[in-house]
Amino acid sequence: MAAAPNHRASPRRASRRRLPWGQIGTHLVLLLLAVLFLFPFYVMLVTSFRSPSELFTPEFHLLPQEFTGLKYYIESITTSPVLTFMKNGVIIALGILVMQILTAIPCAYALAKFEFRGRNLLLALVIFALTVPIQVPALPLYLGLNALGLLDSYFAAMVPFFLSVFAIFLFRQSFKSYPDEIIQAARLDGLSEWAILWRIVVPGSIPAIAAFAVFSITTHWNDLYWPLIVIRSNELMTPPLGLATFADVESGENYGALMATATILTAPLMLVFMLAQRQFVRGVTMTGVK
Amino acid sequence: MSVETTGAPRAFALPLRRKRLGAELPGWIAYALAAPSMILLCLLMLLPIAVMLVMSLTNYRFGDLSYAFIGVENYLDLADDRTFWRALSNTFVYVAIVVPGSVALGLALAVMTTGLRRGRKIYQMIFFLPVTATVVAMATVWKYLLHGTIGPFNLVLQSLGLPAIDFFSDPDLALTGLAIINIWSLAGFNMVLFAAGLTAIPSELYDAAEVDGLSEPLDRFFSVTLPLLGPTTLFVIVTSTITAFKVFDTVAVITRGGPRGSTDVLLYTTYLEGFSYFRMGSAAAMTVVFLAIIMVFALLQTWVLDKKVHY
Amino acid sequence: MMSAGVELDRIEKTYGATTTLRAATLDVKPGEFMTLVGPSGCGKSTLLRIIAGLLPQTSGEVHIDGASIDHLPPRERDIAMVFQSYALYPHMSVAENVATPLKVRRLSRMARLPALGRLLPGQARTRREITDEVRRVADLVEIGPLLERKPAALSGGQRQRVALARAIIRDPRVFLMDEPLSNLDARLRVTMRAEITALHRRLGATFIYVTHDQTEAMTMSSRVAVMMDGTIIQCSTPQGLYEAPEDLRVARFIGSPEINVVASDTVAGWEGGNTRLGQLLQRPLHIAFRPEAVRLSAESAAQTDMLHLSCHIERTERLGHDVLLFLRVLADGAGVTARIPAADFARLDAPGGVLTASLHPADLLAFGPDGKRVALPGLAAATNRGLSHVG
Ligand SMILES: Nc1ncnc2c1ncn2[C@@H]1O[C@H](COP(=O)(O)OP(=O)(O)O)[C@@H](O)[C@H]1O
Ligand SMILES: [Mg+2]
Repeated sequence: MAAAPNHRASPRRASRRRLPWGQIGTHLVLLLLAVLFLFPFYVMLVTSFRSPSELFTPEFHLLPQEFTGLKYYIESITTSPVLTFMKNGVIIALGILVMQILTAIPCAYALAKFEFRGRNLLLALVIFALTVPIQVPALPLYLGLNALGLLDSYFAAMVPFFLSVFAIFLFRQSFKSYPDEIIQAARLDGLSEWAILWRIVVPGSIPAIAAFAVFSITTHWNDLYWPLIVIRSNELMTPPLGLATFADVESGENYGALMATATILTAPLMLVFMLAQRQFVRGVTMTGVK
Repeated sequence: MSVETTGAPRAFALPLRRKRLGAELPGWIAYALAAPSMILLCLLMLLPIAVMLVMSLTNYRFGDLSYAFIGVENYLDLADDRTFWRALSNTFVYVAIVVPGSVALGLALAVMTTGLRRGRKIYQMIFFLPVTATVVAMATVWKYLLHGTIGPFNLVLQSLGLPAIDFFSDPDLALTGLAIINIWSLAGFNMVLFAAGLTAIPSELYDAAEVDGLSEPLDRFFSVTLPLLGPTTLFVIVTSTITAFKVFDTVAVITRGGPRGSTDVLLYTTYLEGFSYFRMGSAAAMTVVFLAIIMVFALLQTWVLDKKVHY
Repeated sequence: MMSAGVELDRIEKTYGATTTLRAATLDVKPGEFMTLVGPSGCGKSTLLRIIAGLLPQTSGEVHIDGASIDHLPPRERDIAMVFQSYALYPHMSVAENVATPLKVRRLSRMARLPALGRLLPGQARTRREITDEVRRVADLVEIGPLLERKPAALSGGQRQRVALARAIIRDPRVFLMDEPLSNLDARLRVTMRAEITALHRRLGATFIYVTHDQTEAMTMSSRVAVMMDGTIIQCSTPQGLYEAPEDLRVARFIGSPEINVVASDTVAGWEGGNTRLGQLLQRPLHIAFRPEAVRLSAESAAQTDMLHLSCHIERTERLGHDVLLFLRVLADGAGVTARIPAADFARLDAPGGVLTASLHPADLLAFGPDGKRVALPGLAAATNRGLSHVG
């Protein structure tokens, strides 16, 4: 080492001669952790293929001794309203997303590019509301929906989320950085303010909107709290609510079908994640620092 | 420079009301753009919070035809309510396990994976996987996984000759069991935040540390990585605290506050009070306490973000 | 459409306590190429935006062909603008960028809807016309082969042409250009300069062209308006600005190298000159003269009317055809810049770097303490120097 003429070159040369023990050690630790992290997913999958008798023997085998095929998946789809849950999940998550985008984009544009009286107050309210989770206004919202006779409906499941202050905040950041000169060019070209927003400015913020879409869909597909409060009927239940109810009814006797159901309900988002990892991670961690 | 609208100040400055210039956008445009959001903000957020604050001063029960203002009695009752205090302390104990666990694990994962020459992406994907999984679905899996008799975890323990651990039937272990699930689902999220912080550290600093004789990985970690990750770490801690504080799904699916109230957390108690027992007044008071604590965290978060910006 | 005259009448613009424009007045004739030149931050962009209707003025009026247009929103003013950053729509192809102003004007609101709009009947002809028009204009500015590209895939010069095409296609009454060449490299700037003036000739429209580069201003336009501190201090032909600046700031801004400025009492101490000059120099004035006005010889010539200064050469800069000499007057230490043809410099024999600089009193410009031009009557016009030394 001391003979190496160039200090910077020495570690690289050394690493070519010796095995990179540090790297191997890190890999070993990470492999162990990866196994631990994946274990619940593995259990979920493998249990959905095990026969009941095997489940209740006090021995653990890595693979099912007797392969049940898609038996539990078929059972899960035919005997419980899994597909209905998924349909509801899609309707509610997309309905919320569409409303959030339609309301947040104009407001964010006004906050980003217009000067008007009350703008700072509105911005302050948005920032305050950012910190308030759904559990805070839940009681009055429930009473209000009940008074209007709207409980147990898609509308009730969606309405508290029609406004996303997070979307407003995020889009405002994105719109602010849109060049004023292009907006002015559009005004000279004769576009209306509404057309400038939707046809000129919004296309420039597609990445931010896509990231928010991932964030919003994940959040509301997975939400248990609010559906638990306002949804009663089976045919309106979202995947988490349906699974919670279903698991309860089954009371642990049919683990195979339960795990099959869990797999089916978890699969869509996981697939999206695997296919578009970068965008997905960006969307989900958006609440974090950039 | 921003687009100007009919600025009210100018209208005041001029004695005579001047004809509007074509260059000035009509003032209503901005209001029209913001109106839908402003209305929803009032209806869905401000009004409900006001109603909840008022309701916390009443003895209103859902379904009752009348109610009375009872001042701060709900709050005084809470101060004497052992269940409430247990829920509060359970929540804080839970936070105290989840935050250090998920932050330390997230940091370790970030440092280890970003230091890899190969395989960094696949590892990060694996550790992020729990973040993407539906909490309720994974809660049912964990419930079975840690089941006292037939759970694979215990079967593995037994096959190694170790005694079985029944997490969710043991009041001393149930909260820890839930915390483990949360650490599992939060560590990958924190890893991504830390990884972003790590890539922002200029590599010249490591070269400089090496030149200064800090060639051991641990030396470099403590002299360069950790100090420069300081602001990120603060942020991750606050964010994790807020997440952990809002624990609800796993409690609702796995333990329902049991055994013997050992996993009764603030949101779950509030939920039961409001939506099972329909005691709206006292549920509102609990929510106010919850909101107050959340606001403290939020202030902390803004403060931390500010610091990060000025770093 | 016919080209139109633009009159600016005492335009003021204030931002809170700061005044950006003060009584900016300008009269642009129909079909004229008017250049607005001034240092960065003097308010040129602000003025253009007020003309375009993108920014409201605090007071003052904008007229086009004698009619006030202040009440019109930008889209109804029939004015096109080319921005410094080009302001192309980044998500649209070149063809869509260029077609946008026509689509907005000629297609109905419904027909402009994405995808759906194409299905509406009775607009195929209009669409075809727009496509033809886009092609014609694209050929005019030589971007025909680029029509399908996105702005991000274009070079600076190509973007510039697209921005021009988007303005041309509207056939507006007035073209506004805000430093359109400042983002281009030096060579391209020279080519585009020529192209824009050629374009002006071909279109015959009124151009108001903004730049901070006096060379650009002097070479491109029929008239130049010099703007300083939010007001237009002189508007004249390039030659008029060069030879007869009405303000010391104009004299300093126009011409490169910068004009020589010396206090009148220093000039009074210089050898030679005539009695008339001596009288005039009694007042406190700034005396200015162009570097080309300085004549150099090795020996002290005795021509009576001329001012003679013994100088030594501090530094020389060769500019190819010409040489710049930075001189120091031996008697009083005043600095003087001279510009002479390189051939003359070669013939010049300056022993020990000392030589005699001569000035004709008629080449001197005088400015009062307030910077305004003061006439020096009785000093007949001397040399008539062209603009070959500008820039
Ligand atoms: N929105 C604004 N608020 C306050 N001052 C401004 C604003 N816009 C421009 N200014 C000021 O007006 C002056 C003129 O700006 P500008 O017209 O862009 O100058 P130029 O184009 O000649 O470089 C600058 O000093 C600038 O700081
Ligand atoms: Mg400018």
